[in-house]
Amino acid sequence: MGLVLTTLTGNYAVSYAVKLSRVKVVSAYPITPQTTIVEKIAQLIEDGEMDAEMIRVESEHSALAAAYGAASAGVRAFTATSSHGLLYMHEMLWWVAGSRIPLVMAVATRTIGPPWNIWTDHSDLMDQRDTGWLIAMAENNQEVLDETIKMFKITEDPRVYLPGIVGLDAFILTHTSEPVDIPTQEVVDQFLPDRRQPYVFKAGDPLIMGNIPKDLELNMRMREDIDKAMERAKKVIDEVDFEWGKLTGRRYGGLTECYRCEDAKHFIIGMGAWVGDMREAVDKLRSKYGVKVGLIKIRYVRPFPREDLIKWLSNASSAVVFDRSFSPGSGGHLFLETVAHASVAGVRTPIKNCLAGIAGVDVTYEDIVDVVLKSISEVEEVGTFKEFIEWYYRGGR
Amino acid sequence: MVLTIKDLPKDKYVMPGNAACPGCPENLGLKFVGMALGEKAILTIPAGCTSVIQGLLPGSGLKFPIINVPFASSDAVAAGVSVAKKLIGEDAVVIAWAGDGGTADIGFATLSGAAERNDNIIHICVDNEAYMNTGIQRSSQTPLGAWTTTTWKGKKERKKDLPMIMLMHKIPYVATASVAYPLDFIEKLRKAASIKGFKYIHLHAPCPVGWRFDPMKTVSVAKLAVETGMWILFEAINGKVVISPPSKPYVDKTKRKPIKEYLSIQGRFRNITEEILKDLERQVDENWETLLKFT
Repeated sequence: MGLVLTTLTGNYAVSYAVKLSRVKVVSAYPITPQTTIVEKIAQLIEDGEMDAEMIRVESEHSALAAAYGAASAGVRAFTATSSHGLLYMHEMLWWVAGSRIPLVMAVATRTIGPPWNIWTDHSDLMDQRDTGWLIAMAENNQEVLDETIKMFKITEDPRVYLPGIVGLDAFILTHTSEPVDIPTQEVVDQFLPDRRQPYVFKAGDPLIMGNIPKDLELNMRMREDIDKAMERAKKVIDEVDFEWGKLTGRRYGGLTECYRCEDAKHFIIGMGAWVGDMREAVDKLRSKYGVKVGLIKIRYVRPFPREDLIKWLSNASSAVVFDRSFSPGSGGHLFLETVAHASVAGVRTPIKNCLAGIAGVDVTYEDIVDVVLKSISEVEEVGTFKEFIEWYYRGGR
Repeated sequence: MVLTIKDLPKDKYVMPGNAACPGCPENLGLKFVGMALGEKAILTIPAGCTSVIQGLLPGSGLKFPIINVPFASSDAVAAGVSVAKKLIGEDAVVIAWAGDGGTADIGFATLSGAAERNDNIIHICVDNEAYMNTGIQRSSQTPLGAWTTTTWKGKKERKKDLPMIMLMHKIPYVATASVAYPLDFIEKLRKAASIKGFKYIHLHAPCPVGWRFDPMKTVSVAKLAVETGMWILFEAINGKVVISPPSKPYVDKTKRKPIKEYLSIQGRFRNITEEILKDLERQVDENWETLLKFT
């Protein structure tokens, strides 16, 4: 198969993925840096290239509400947002997941104000961890496109039946052009079956969703079932990744990808666009400094890749988790979850948290090299870390 | 053609033993929606009394397909359902059934957005003039002078004129209705369902619990609201207001009953002053004057 690559921004990669997934209803409210996703979709619809309806709502709360209505009524639906928009629709995220209605949303990850700031961090995305949505985070524009198409299949799998987010870093991906392979409609049609969902609202069929529970334990079991669906989703994500790989030659590795991990003693853990810088950091650390460093790229925050992390970290000498979001008074989101799961699994590896790139501060592969070198030397000297959570600023504090 | 009770379907959409309070006007309203559009209706319902009236999951006391939704989302969800049904080619009438809070206050931006987009849905505001489900707190639809649990000495502001605001959205259909006039309401529902685009019906719904009157008097209180001219029944197709038959006599001010008759049977107005009474009377005249300009 001769591969023809197209230059696409991350946002346009989402737009084309949505078109190829034969989405029927798109509903959205503009917010930087998400806006060009739905601008493109609006254009594709108006030009007759995409057979769908667009609902141009008056707020993000309504954006997800309208997409949810369409999805509940039986069609594939999509929305996209970012930052404050995502926070404004937060209530609806719970509602969609609790209703078990498959739906896909792209989130252009962006800092939360004040002050107003349009650059990337992961605070908005990570604020949705408890809602019951699957949450994926892409490293590059090809992965953005692939994961968006795959997310429809994953969310509509009867073992899952949950909504899903595909995250892409503000500007670093959303507005940066990269060569992307856009699969043909035939390939996507072969991959993605007709929409499946647990129930559909129809006139004349007295189905009720969401009235007050008689039995609170039933309500608790409904919440628990979301947790179980997340566990089942791990296998589905793997299967779908394998299947997409067979069709396109692109496999990403399920919930995580491990880069140069086979002989690694020290690990870098991170997610999103700066994983690209982390790859370079690993190469540099190995080639220039001779340290055996591997990279665990988190592809899915939900379900959390507990097993993968435990597997890689159990025999490691140290690890640094890079977080672009944190909980004030506690620590970085990925770090907290990594150490919690590692700890209960009996992993004794010293794990450090580097809080960097918050509020869009630029972080280069050299910064990552610096942080990792320092942490390795500390562990080698002392056997552990003096400070487990470190705020990183270039040139020191 | 005049609609009579004999013309109405016998199918029941509101089951006995549901969780409504005695004398509940929303229960009446839902029955009429069933009679008007039952087999075609899909309802989105935000938080409010009807969240409770439905009864307990996994059962239900209502025979409609119902999507319960967060407070400020009913019209947006309904818009999504409506578009999906159009694409699928299914015949459905999508109704956002919301209280005065879910319509005029927390739900207002969503309502206004859907109206401006002319989404193909019917919004019914079932107006019991306060946040009854949370325990009788004032809303923008509570009239001047009324006692609520957040206005112990009477509300200091007047009722926001929502039907007029909706009229100004230039949508194809706006109507008011009352639970005391089921045939008028049913005719309006059917007319609304036959029109494409956004339809708004504001249903006056006296609440015995919140307004402090005997639960057997729901219909009489609703009737008095119309007979005193405090609630005006009208419909407007493409902005042209027509006063509905039950309200027609009261175009003539002299035919209206004194509003005191309406206020005095409600405990919530027990402590109003002469001054507020005068103000309320003035508001009735004003509302008529404004509305008649659009006939």
